[in-house]
Amino acid sequence: MPLSDYDMIIGLEVHVELKTASKLFCSCATRFGAEPNSQVCPVCLGLPGALPVLNERALEYAVVAALALNCQIAKYSKFDRKQYFYPDLPKAYQISQYDLPLAKDGWILIPAASGESGESKKAGIIRVHLEEEAGKTVHSGTGILDSDCALEDYNRCGIPLLEIVGAPDLRSPKEAKNYLEKLKTLLLYTGVSDCKMEEGSLRCDANISLRPKGGKEFGTPVEIKNMNSFRAVEAALEYEAQRQAKLLDDGVKIAKQTRAWDENKGITAYMRSKEEAGDYRYFPEPDLPPLIIESERVEQLRRTLPELPDSRRKRYIDLWGLPGYDAELISNSRPLAEFFETAVNLYGEAKTVANWVINELLRLVNQEGMAIETIKLLPDQLVKMLKMIDAGTISGKIAKTVFEAMFKSGKDPESIVQEKDLVQINDFEELKTIVADALDANPESVADYLRGKERALDFLVGRVMKETKGRANPGMVNQLLREELERRR
Amino acid sequence: MNLTQANIEEIARLARLELSEAEEEEFTRQLNRILGFMERLNRVDTTGVEPTAHVVPLFNVFRPDQTEPSLDPEAVLANAPERDGNFFKVPKVLED
Amino acid sequence: MSLADKTAHELRDLLLAKEIKAAEILEAVLRRIRAVESKIHAYLTLNEEQARDEAKRIDELLAKGESLPPLAGIPIAVKDNLSTAGIRTTCASKILENYIPPYDATVVELLKKNRLILCGKTNLDEFGMGSSTENSGWFVTRNPWDPEAVPGGSSGGAAAAVSAGGTILALGSDTGGSIRLPAAYCGVVGLKPTYGRVSRYGLIAYASSLDQIGPLTKDVTDCALLLQIIAGYDRRDSTSVNYPVPDYESEMKKSVRGLRIGLVREYLAEGLSEPVRAAVANAVAVFKELGAEVVEISLPYTEYALAAYYIIASAEASSNLARYDGVRYGHRAGKEVSDAVELMLKTRREGFGAEVKRRIMVGTYVLSAGYYDAYYLKAQQVRTLIREDFKRAFQKCDLILTPTAPNTAFKIGAKTDDPLEMYLTDIYAVTANLAGIPALSIPGGFDRGMPIGIQLLGPAFQEAILLRAAYGFEQATDFHRKRPNLKLTLGISH
Repeated sequence: MPLSDYDMIIGLEVHVELKTASKLFCSCATRFGAEPNSQVCPVCLGLPGALPVLNERALEYAVVAALALNCQIAKYSKFDRKQYFYPDLPKAYQISQYDLPLAKDGWILIPAASGESGESKKAGIIRVHLEEEAGKTVHSGTGILDSDCALEDYNRCGIPLLEIVGAPDLRSPKEAKNYLEKLKTLLLYTGVSDCKMEEGSLRCDANISLRPKGGKEFGTPVEIKNMNSFRAVEAALEYEAQRQAKLLDDGVKIAKQTRAWDENKGITAYMRSKEEAGDYRYFPEPDLPPLIIESERVEQLRRTLPELPDSRRKRYIDLWGLPGYDAELISNSRPLAEFFETAVNLYGEAKTVANWVINELLRLVNQEGMAIETIKLLPDQLVKMLKMIDAGTISGKIAKTVFEAMFKSGKDPESIVQEKDLVQINDFEELKTIVADALDANPESVADYLRGKERALDFLVGRVMKETKGRANPGMVNQLLREELERRR
Repeated sequence: MNLTQANIEEIARLARLELSEAEEEEFTRQLNRILGFMERLNRVDTTGVEPTAHVVPLFNVFRPDQTEPSLDPEAVLANAPERDGNFFKVPKVLED
Repeated sequence: MSLADKTAHELRDLLLAKEIKAAEILEAVLRRIRAVESKIHAYLTLNEEQARDEAKRIDELLAKGESLPPLAGIPIAVKDNLSTAGIRTTCASKILENYIPPYDATVVELLKKNRLILCGKTNLDEFGMGSSTENSGWFVTRNPWDPEAVPGGSSGGAAAAVSAGGTILALGSDTGGSIRLPAAYCGVVGLKPTYGRVSRYGLIAYASSLDQIGPLTKDVTDCALLLQIIAGYDRRDSTSVNYPVPDYESEMKKSVRGLRIGLVREYLAEGLSEPVRAAVANAVAVFKELGAEVVEISLPYTEYALAAYYIIASAEASSNLARYDGVRYGHRAGKEVSDAVELMLKTRREGFGAEVKRRIMVGTYVLSAGYYDAYYLKAQQVRTLIREDFKRAFQKCDLILTPTAPNTAFKIGAKTDDPLEMYLTDIYAVTANLAGIPALSIPGGFDRGMPIGIQLLGPAFQEAILLRAAYGFEQATDFHRKRPNLKLTLGISH
């Protein structure tokens, strides 16, 4: 059967580091890229006798994130020990949450990969829980297979980690990517994580199985690890779906297993059978009393949530008449949306602001490789500039130069226009002289025009603009040219 | 439940304990006796009884999100059986 | 009488009266250690040099007329499962043979703050797992009353040292009787405080939900004074309770009259030796004489306590001891290992003793997939029933009187072949840990020259009531004044 005769059942398990100042259970800093073993204390090194104490902000961040994912926050929750041996796990157990996670039963809205474009679907979130990071193992040699030793750095150990288990609601690799993008958007909105996949502050494992189209039974899920970008997640799932389809076609039963994505070869490779993976011997963490989160506290935290992208997008379309594409693009980034909304509130006309934000602001941000929250340009500067266009002080074309200068320097548009002498020439007499000079200097073009070649007019407009460094009022130039040419007929 | 020597081997592996043949035999015998003694709990009806994980009536014990100085890396590594620069060094790691 | 045989409060008075110096106390104790240590083997590590420096400093401060905390200048020994910065801390385990912690346990910080003099680290059953101190990875500690007998465990080194004058005070830890049993066997006072009363930060965990640090002392007053120093909230221990700490010394002196003392019907039934039964009867008579009221109570679920205790303690131990893998500190297996898994397997094989391995095995099993509910969950439910037993009992009485152990100290080697037989020694002790309540063992008689311990149990955070009853008892008896005749038992003169 071709792959299109199968349903893909995909669920993602995402881990994000919360950006607290200190670790989950001790006061060590969480700074990325510090010298090895320089952000370590008796607690996170698992020294005999040391005890954990929960970071309150980590819990708040976790609740806020879970609320953004539309989860139910558990009133009663607790920590458990998840036990396994690994050199980068100093206590040989990870303090995690087992049967009473912090939150469950959530969902996010993602663009559906099939059907009409612009259609959305709900992707379920099964549970969200808080746990501690492990340290980092550096394998010597070129890879895990030919290494003869490993080096351990415990700086990362104990950083708060949120595990987000998605429901098997995703039906294609594209949807999986959409899910991740939306999840990242929401988490960035809440400000609880950097979500930097390249620094490992967002990581993703996937479960995928196939079943004949329209079937009800789930197939045996295969877990895929070691995917280092959203693009890799999509590619790995595409490869794995093909691999499984081929096996199923040949009547081979899929074995429960964990596979690793090999980015260079573009394949998934067998890691271990799920059965080997372990008996974690969870039990309640005796060193940490349970958590009781009253609904008042949940509501208090809910009020700290910013307006989320779905709601903003809807508002941009319904109230401000933005096209779906523009609304989606702007609402996906909290700082961009906030910039946009401030500007719209000052200026009044949303589509114009949206055009500038999308065509100019985003272009420059991408070109400079900047984060939107770090730009110097302020929304009211954009609005001042738009009003200068409206007032005829500058032309729309000149405005692009002004915008770029504002973006780079953070200066007000007025002072840029003044400094660079960009004020539009609207003076009738002055323009008349410039136009006459241009005609005198280009007799062939005048002749061409008078012989009926309309394109000669464009050339003459260009000459005038060049002469005025683009500052001449284009409408007036056009009109004056035509009048002067007719006069010379 | 009667534990066999094979069960003992599995448990030892899970606990990362290498046992000698003699220890395996002795533990098989002793664990069966100890677990047999523990099975007296089956005589207690615990239907609907909440388990006790903590005896103190505490919940929501927090610390503020404030950093404090970490240990000096030399103190961190002072007890290391083997080190390489400021890393702890171990033989190669096979599993993930 | 040597200064080493005096109590801390007697020495405190002498120090304040400037009749003696801290250095003299320390030297008397160090002399005693030198005299008895080759026979008793109470210490794993001595801290002579630092102790002498500190004693000197304290004498200088006292000479200048500075006022110091009440127990300043008094020598104290701590069990070697308490983390001491810069001083080797082994838990009597080969797996921590050369481990030197970079930090102090909270209680050690408190001792230093109160200017007590840390004279050394005492022997124990490896990681606290045992009732005789025979399970030490280094050597067996002997009972000063009879060197052929065990000192009890796991804080056997601490109890033996206090009893023999090898220290004035000691701190031990108690997971299922590990302070009280050795206190009973060595004829000293031992208190396990309420869970959460004393910070566990820096106490190397055996079973985290049961462990508690407490004093081992020559009399009840010393116990109250030492508890005063170590009790209280610690932000580094999430299970420490922020509950007011009373003035134990003044509480202790309140009258026993009118206190209702509960006798447990089930405890006096079987398995109790005649001399211990007689000592309990005598204690009851003493309390009645003092005006206390005696009531009979029932703790029906305590017959299941030992089984529940060993499941919970072993499960938590298997988890707490998983960190000893040869990667970051402590023992590491030799260089011939090929990978990290083998390193861990061999390190743990070489580093742990038989009893520790046994409990790790039991604990791993009871937490493993498919067995959790039948063992661990069941034990936690029984734990609830045991707590409820006590809740009911304390409606009828203010405290409960029991034997500390069914027998006096047994001979070395008598129970080493049968772990279950050894476990039964703790039958009266483990309920207090399961319920998290305070329990105190005081000298209450002798059988053929060996001390018998009487145990007092109280409601959570009511250490003061226990101290009050014990102090009243002590005033009316002289068991606590008896010291082992070291010349007779050890053949040494001092």
